[in-house]
Amino acid sequence: MENHETQISKPKSRLIFLSTDHKTIGILYGFTGLLFLLLGFSIMMLMRWQLAFPGQPIPFIGSWFGQDRAPGGIMLPEFYNQLGAMHGTIMVFLGVVPIVVGAFGNYLVPLQIGAPDMAFPKLNLMSYWLYVLGGLCALSSFFMPGGAAQSGWTSYPPLADIATTGQTFWLIAIIFLALSSMLNSINIITTIVQLRAKGMTFMRLPFFVWAQFITGFLLLLAFPALEAASVLQLMDRLAGTSFFLPSGLVVSGQPLSVSGGGSPLLWQHLFWFLAHPEVYVLILPAMGIVAEILANNTRKPLWGYRSMVYATIFLGFMSFIVWAHHMFLTGMGTIISGFFQATTMIISIPSVVILLALLISLWGGSIRFTTPMLFALAFLPMFGIGGLTGLPLGLTISDIPLHDTYYVIGHFHYIVAPGTVFAIFGGIYYWFPKLTGRKMNDVLGRIHFAGSLVFMNGVFFPMFILGLAGVSRRLWDGGAQYQFAQHVLHWHEFMSISAWLLAVFQIPFIVNLFWSIRKGKKVRENYWDATTLEWAASSPPPHGNFFPLPEVYRSPYEYSVPGYAEDFLPQNQFFGEGLKIKEKG
Amino acid sequence: MENFLGLPLNASANGAEIDRVLILVHWLIFVLFIGWSIFLVVVLIRFRKKKNPKASYAGVRNRTSIYVEIGIALFEVILLTGFSIPLWSKRVNDIPKEQNATVVHIVAEQFSWNIHYPGPDGKFGRTDVHLVSDDNPLGLDRNDPNAKDDITTMNDLHLPVNKPALIYLSSKDVVHSLSIPVMRIKQDAIPGQVIPVWFVPTVANNDSMPTYDIACAQLCGLGHYRMRGYLTVQSQRDFDEWIKEQEASLAQSQ
Repeated sequence: MENHETQISKPKSRLIFLSTDHKTIGILYGFTGLLFLLLGFSIMMLMRWQLAFPGQPIPFIGSWFGQDRAPGGIMLPEFYNQLGAMHGTIMVFLGVVPIVVGAFGNYLVPLQIGAPDMAFPKLNLMSYWLYVLGGLCALSSFFMPGGAAQSGWTSYPPLADIATTGQTFWLIAIIFLALSSMLNSINIITTIVQLRAKGMTFMRLPFFVWAQFITGFLLLLAFPALEAASVLQLMDRLAGTSFFLPSGLVVSGQPLSVSGGGSPLLWQHLFWFLAHPEVYVLILPAMGIVAEILANNTRKPLWGYRSMVYATIFLGFMSFIVWAHHMFLTGMGTIISGFFQATTMIISIPSVVILLALLISLWGGSIRFTTPMLFALAFLPMFGIGGLTGLPLGLTISDIPLHDTYYVIGHFHYIVAPGTVFAIFGGIYYWFPKLTGRKMNDVLGRIHFAGSLVFMNGVFFPMFILGLAGVSRRLWDGGAQYQFAQHVLHWHEFMSISAWLLAVFQIPFIVNLFWSIRKGKKVRENYWDATTLEWAASSPPPHGNFFPLPEVYRSPYEYSVPGYAEDFLPQNQFFGEGLKIKEKG
Repeated sequence: MENFLGLPLNASANGAEIDRVLILVHWLIFVLFIGWSIFLVVVLIRFRKKKNPKASYAGVRNRTSIYVEIGIALFEVILLTGFSIPLWSKRVNDIPKEQNATVVHIVAEQFSWNIHYPGPDGKFGRTDVHLVSDDNPLGLDRNDPNAKDDITTMNDLHLPVNKPALIYLSSKDVVHSLSIPVMRIKQDAIPGQVIPVWFVPTVANNDSMPTYDIACAQLCGLGHYRMRGYLTVQSQRDFDEWIKEQEASLAQSQ
């Protein structure tokens, strides 16, 4: 802290890549993450060509990939698997998590709690650069002999243990990314505990900050499991150990010369011990963003703020004891599967509590359909579909026909794509005026919204149809081999065209983003008439954020307070004793 | 309406109860989703800024949401304790006795299913990884007296109708997953583990559908997409006939 106060007076570093200011780092995270999101999306669009038109040469760009990936423009199954594994890895570890935690968390948490910066600014910079390093490592694997990792983003051994060099790079990338996330989470937790402004009690924290707080604990406690597992898999690949390799393996007709005695399931347990909490890392900050936008655009307090906070804490705790529901079909007995089914059903309740609280918050509001609000509103039913379709997957008996089919892909994409990604878009439109002092164009924003909503559903909804018909995921030809899949295969074309049109509707967003930075309409500091502290800072906030540091007098969402002239009462606004009596009443 | 989920043909005795749970869960999903959607649309129309310029500070004052939450929780408890746990227990605990079942070993490999019948003696011969070769993918030791009459096929599974099939599933190399959609079974094949999986086929194949598909459900490498097997369900007589043919061609090759 003291260190900071001396820094604040210094002129800002010209090198933004070395800045320790949380806002600069947040923006760097944001742009890097958006780039990866675009890359992951592009990879998916390539795969969708192969799925819609199996074995046909990729038009226009087919010759770019070379003979060992797509001879004659026709995607090889190996290359398809590389794209599949990297799509998942990029979207989860390099796209969405860095955006929701690295960008939104970094930029907004100190502002919303009234702090001058993060608790550990240098650690913050280090976590960004570890992320970049991890990203480069993952990308460079495409140029290794044999190509990138191709055992899925889940990297199950023995397949991953015996895969080509790309897998080694994947593991090293994960180790960097895990480190980066852990450093970031320590920073966010410490900042929230230590640097809250005077009067900012825990129950006065904006819900977004609560979401980041719990997310921080999830990252901190879950990532070590994957980090350790990645080191073990690396040892299996490089040092001849057999942590995940049982005895008696025969690969391509040859006995594998390893000591054996390991367990492939050990990896699955360690992986999902991270990867299930990771799901909540993807969704909790998104819920936080949606909550902020909803409260502001309904002009009323969030309904059931306390129950939302308790639900989030409970959700965070429960997310550590549901992981094996990803492994129901690994030969699990009744008692263990019963336990994990029960925890899975239990964890659905706090999710329902949060979703219902957000829905009920709309009741009695004076709803403004601003661009960010459209995304936040669409989040509710879309996340609803994602959450509800988790139900049949969480029950062992109905998981049997659906496990590892397109149904699963539809389920989790509804949570992260029209769910989290919509929250990200909404958040960008909402906080853009704070970042730049300008607003984004609403016409372009609305085009972006409408197209994204329609075509996201066009991509993901048919997946339920394919899944219920029994079509496995991760098939190079999308299931064209199988008799039972024939009557649903035409949906692949529909999904692919939707995906490409979805890409077209991202163009207005990209144009809008860059155009508005320079040419967007200038707006005042508290453009949305919001109550939380970030709107008390100037736009963009200077290094050090607040001069002087704000003091907090009330809950985060005091909109339409009876007896107050304006329809919003900022957290830092001093407003006599009279109000306190009213607050109690 | 009966099959509004578009589920594949059910050809097994255990499939109906799985389908019932699937349909039940999806009804819950539809009811909740439609309920929420109607609420959302009503709210957006009724409380838009033009219609309701002044927001209510207190918002909803009743406890309806608690009842919805309790309702969902109760429904989940029923699904869990009334359906999923007992039915799962039946899948993994009530394994049919070997003497009443068609017992088959299936060993998955990149990218095919090795199918191993014990032959007339009902005993599986010894296998050894060091005996694995192109024409002996299972590494079956033909010198073992139990192995003499063992039948092995690749991707060609035959089963008699209406008799429990008991499969001991394992893998030679990586994790695979045996998926037979019409039988409503799916089970990961994990190297180093032998996992029993059973079902009772009830619908025999005929000329219009000569075989059922066996698919791989777990990414197992570049040939995952083409790891297709064929299941032929036939009458006991036809099955015995097929076994006899296999024995004859085995005798010929030795």
